[in-house]
Amino acid sequence: MVWQVLEGLSRDSAKRLRFVPGVIYVDEGAVCGQSHEDREKTLAQVKLTLQKTGLPWHVVALEEVFSLPSSVLRGSALDPAGTQGGYKAAVGSFLQQQQQQHAPVAEPSPSPAPGEARLCQPHTWGTLGHQGLAELPTAAQTQALCRLFDSVRTLTAKEELLQTLRSHLVLHVARAHGYSKVMTGDSCTRLAIKLVTNLALGRGAFLAWDTGFSDERQGDVVLVRPMCNHTLKEVAFYNRLFAVPSVLTPALGTKAPEKASVHRLVEAFMLRLQTQFPSTVSTVCRTGEKLLKAPRSGPAGPPCLLCACTLDVDTADSATAFGAQIFSCAPGTQLPSLLARAGEPQAPSSSPGESGAQGCCREACKRDEHRACVVEQLCYGCRANLRDLPSLDPLPPYILAEAQLRSQRAWVQQQIQEYLIEDSEDDAAETGHS
Amino acid sequence: MTTVLHSPTHFQLYQRTAASWEECPRGGAELLFDGVKKHQVTLPGQEEPWDIRNLLVWIKKNLLKERPELFIQGDSVRPGILVLINDADWELLGELDYQLQDQDSVLFISTLHGG
Repeated sequence: MVWQVLEGLSRDSAKRLRFVPGVIYVDEGAVCGQSHEDREKTLAQVKLTLQKTGLPWHVVALEEVFSLPSSVLRGSALDPAGTQGGYKAAVGSFLQQQQQQHAPVAEPSPSPAPGEARLCQPHTWGTLGHQGLAELPTAAQTQALCRLFDSVRTLTAKEELLQTLRSHLVLHVARAHGYSKVMTGDSCTRLAIKLVTNLALGRGAFLAWDTGFSDERQGDVVLVRPMCNHTLKEVAFYNRLFAVPSVLTPALGTKAPEKASVHRLVEAFMLRLQTQFPSTVSTVCRTGEKLLKAPRSGPAGPPCLLCACTLDVDTADSATAFGAQIFSCAPGTQLPSLLARAGEPQAPSSSPGESGAQGCCREACKRDEHRACVVEQLCYGCRANLRDLPSLDPLPPYILAEAQLRSQRAWVQQQIQEYLIEDSEDDAAETGHS
Repeated sequence: MTTVLHSPTHFQLYQRTAASWEECPRGGAELLFDGVKKHQVTLPGQEEPWDIRNLLVWIKKNLLKERPELFIQGDSVRPGILVLINDADWELLGELDYQLQDQDSVLFISTLHGG
C-alpha cells in the first residue's frame, strides 16, 4: 500500500494524489516474543525502509499504550469530510499549503475553518520528519505489557486485545500529528477472514464498520481501507514483480497450530475453501459491502469503551445466551461462595481471623464491582473477550480511568435525572397547538 | 497512514539437472527452514522426471526442519502459500503435475498471518 501511495504521489502518475501522507509502524515485538536484540534489528530494518520512502514516518512501541491519555477513548464530535464540498476544500487547502511552501516570504497561513478537514500537517514533510520512538521502551513498560498479555487466557482474546491497543495507539498518534485519515493495508482476503471471525466473536452488529471501506466511529479520524478490492494473491504477486522492499516481523500467532485461536481457524477455513471454490473470498467481501451502517431503533446508546461502537446489549433480556453470561458474571452470584469460604472457621472464635476473612470478602466484592462497572460499558464482543482476562489490574491506566469517569458520570446523571429538563415531542406538539 | 509490515514469506529453488541449485527463502518461510535464507542443494537423479509433487516430498524429507504441517498439507502446499514457477502462477502450469525443467526457479510465498 505504501508503494502504491508513492506511485500515486509521483509526478508521472496520471491522477496525482493530493495529500501528504505519513507512515506509522507499531513495534509489537514484546508481545510477539521477540528478544531485545531481535527488536533492535527489526527496528533498524524498518527505519531504513521507511527512510527510503521519503515520507514522514513514526515508529511507536506498543508499550506506549501505558502512557496514553484517557481522552483517546472519547470520540470527537467533528464530522469527517466525506462530502464533495469537503474534498474540494481539502484539495484547495493542500494546494494553498504547497504554494506557501514555495513562496519566498513566509506569511502566517490562515487557520482552517473548524469543519474543514486537514489530511496532514506539512511541518513533518521530508526525510527529517521521523517522530516517536528513537529507542526501545523501558524494561518496566515492557514488563507491564508482557504481564498484561500473559494474564490473558486464550490466544483469541490476546489477538483481539492487541488489535484494540494498536488501534488506540495509532489513533492517538494520528490525532497528535494532525492526520485526519488512517489508511490500513487490509486486503480483500484479510477482510473476508475478519468478517467471518468477527461473526464468530459476537461482533456481528459492527461488521460494516470493522470490515467496510471506511470507519467513522472516532469522528475526527477516519479509518479507510483502500486495498479492500485486492486479494492477498494479487498483493503478493505485485510485491514480487515490482520488488517491493519488505520487513518480516513475527506475529502473535506465528507457528501456532491451526486451532489455537478463532482467527487462525477461520483463516485456515477460508483459505482452504478458496482453493476449492475460488469465488469464496470475493463473495464474502461483496456480501459484506452490502451491510449498512444503520443506527439502532430508539435513542442512541453510549459507545463501547474499547471499540467505540454503539452498545448492542439489552441488559433486561435474560433469556438469551448473553443474559446468561451477564448473570454468571454478576457479583451477586459469586458472593454466596465467598461468604461460605469466609464463614469456615480457620481458628475458632478468633476475631482477627474472622475480620481478615471479611476483609478479603469485601475486597473481592470491591473488585467484582469495579469489574462490573467496566464490563457494563462494553459491547457484547468486547465483554466476551474480557472474560478471558481474570483481572483488570494489568490493563493500561487510560482504560480504567475512562471507565471510572464514565461510570461516575452515569451515576451523577442518574441522581439528577428528575431535575433535568428535556425537550420532548409532546411539549413541541402542545406549544404548536396552543 | 498506517502500514502493517507483515511481509510475505518466500523462498526460491533453482534446479539444474546435473548438480547444484539454490533456494532463497525470504521472509517468514526461513523460520521453518532453520532460519537459512539461501539453500544450495542437489537433486538426486531418478528415472521419473521431477515434478512439483516429488519436489514437495523431497523438501519435506530433506529441508523442512520443523512443523511440516505449516508448509505442506497432504501432497500439496498448505492453502495460503502461493507457488510461482519462473514468476508465473503454478495454476497456469498444472500445479503439482508440472515437470521441472533445467534452470527453473520455484518460489513459495506464504500469505498467512504468522505462517
